[in-house]
Amino acid sequence: MKAFNYERATSLAEAVAKVSHIKGAKFIAGGTNLVDLMKLQIETPTHLIDINDLGLDKIEASADGGLRIGALVRNTDLAANQQVRRDYAVLSRALLAGASGQLRNQATTAGNLLQRTRCPYFYDTNMPCNKREPNSGCSAIGGYSRLHAIVGVSNSCIATHPSDMAIAMRLLDATVETVRPNGSIRTIPIAELHRLPENTPHIEHTLEAGELITAVTLPKPVGGTHIYRKVRDRASYAFALISVAAIVQRDGTGRVAVGGVAHKPWRVEAAERDMPRGAKALTAGILANAQTTHDNAFKVLLVERTIASVLNEVKG
Amino acid sequence: MSIFDPSRRKFIQTTAASTGAIITAKLTTDAEAKSVLKPKQVTEPAKVNILLRVNGSEHQLMVDPRMTLLDALRERLQLTGSKKGCDQGQCGACTVIVDGRRIVSCLTLAVMQEGHDITTIEGLGTPNNLHPMQAAFIKHDGYQCGFCTPGQICSAVAMLDEVKAGMPSHVTSDLTRSPKMSAIEFRERMSGNICRCGAYSNIQDAIAEVAGERT
Repeated sequence: MKAFNYERATSLAEAVAKVSHIKGAKFIAGGTNLVDLMKLQIETPTHLIDINDLGLDKIEASADGGLRIGALVRNTDLAANQQVRRDYAVLSRALLAGASGQLRNQATTAGNLLQRTRCPYFYDTNMPCNKREPNSGCSAIGGYSRLHAIVGVSNSCIATHPSDMAIAMRLLDATVETVRPNGSIRTIPIAELHRLPENTPHIEHTLEAGELITAVTLPKPVGGTHIYRKVRDRASYAFALISVAAIVQRDGTGRVAVGGVAHKPWRVEAAERDMPRGAKALTAGILANAQTTHDNAFKVLLVERTIASVLNEVKG
Repeated sequence: MSIFDPSRRKFIQTTAASTGAIITAKLTTDAEAKSVLKPKQVTEPAKVNILLRVNGSEHQLMVDPRMTLLDALRERLQLTGSKKGCDQGQCGACTVIVDGRRIVSCLTLAVMQEGHDITTIEGLGTPNNLHPMQAAFIKHDGYQCGFCTPGQICSAVAMLDEVKAGMPSHVTSDLTRSPKMSAIEFRERMSGNICRCGAYSNIQDAIAEVAGERT
């Protein structure tokens, strides 16, 4: 691990001011992803601002009948929240499908959104990776790419976003609340938080340097049947090959988001009108223009069959 | 490579054979830090004075901010029950209980744990006064080599509290109801603790016995 200085922030204003003014400074909250990457020197902050004392750990009703989730709410607490379990069950299910009990106890809501890819080449510092070292090349393209993205890919990067929670947040049309270094507050629709890799895969989200997520807000509940179906190599504690988050209404309409297929939570709203026509039509729209490799071409059919299974489950 | 390499080599030579532990870092003493072997370009971070509350005792420690909670427990407080397996949050051998919650101590910094109540395997029970989970692991032979055992036991103790508190899991069929104390729940919830010897079925028996006593 590279040397860094550590301090605990006592106010939001102090935290964002420090991270934006000190070169190489970063926020730390749960630390489950950042500390791991620091050990490998993939992340090399010079200064860590611990934001755990900022009180951003409340789940409260929002003015428009939705739910405002503090950035520091632990994954365990969010999944166990009674209102989430009742009204946003897909979020609870997605959280519980991710990581292990120990990690969910540490990991935070905002940290989960900003966690970095688990592409094995990103982690292997002996191999080129455009995300880790811009313009060094992509080892996954032409390499072992079974776990990699099939939509929204570029010639620079085919990494996936690893979060389960983010897929449910995207399905629920969550909004991310932030504080910018100048103290102003803004809200970002979750669809606009994560970027596609294009030719700058090292830039993963649309936050400014020093901008801090303070909360994630869910709109008022939309009802329907909530399902999160994760397909993985073992029954528990593994990242998704693919996952399907769905809310299906009684009339057969609904929405679907897919995980494990892209650099960001993947949802194509225009394709959702095809839900009543079944999984094949729906998948064709969601995964239009898929660019697969020899290793990950199976994901297209896996998504279709998983959506079919989800729609069958709803029908009972 | 770490700036701690010179002492690491010495440390591993003298202790690896006796502990069998996988140790990848060892903090230097102040004298070693001044050694000429230290690369000049490395900036020494400001050490931080922390008060760690572990198993009911308070410990004043001056630590490098890089030190994980796991390393502080093992290398500074000599609480070597918590094991360093993968050191990347994947195996669960370093599981400890912080404020009643199980976490992996390898992925949190010691400086971040000031003000929290940390319980390690040494704080759960003693050879003459075992925690019921420790006794059940012995009774059911819930281990072979024993390396993962402290993490398994800490995890299991806190895991049963999570079920008792009504926290759902991936296999809980109805999210609106409290989960049941059942083998399928325990298996899912213990998936963050890996046992290379494969003692899982006996671990499950031990947990089931303790869970049965509680309900």
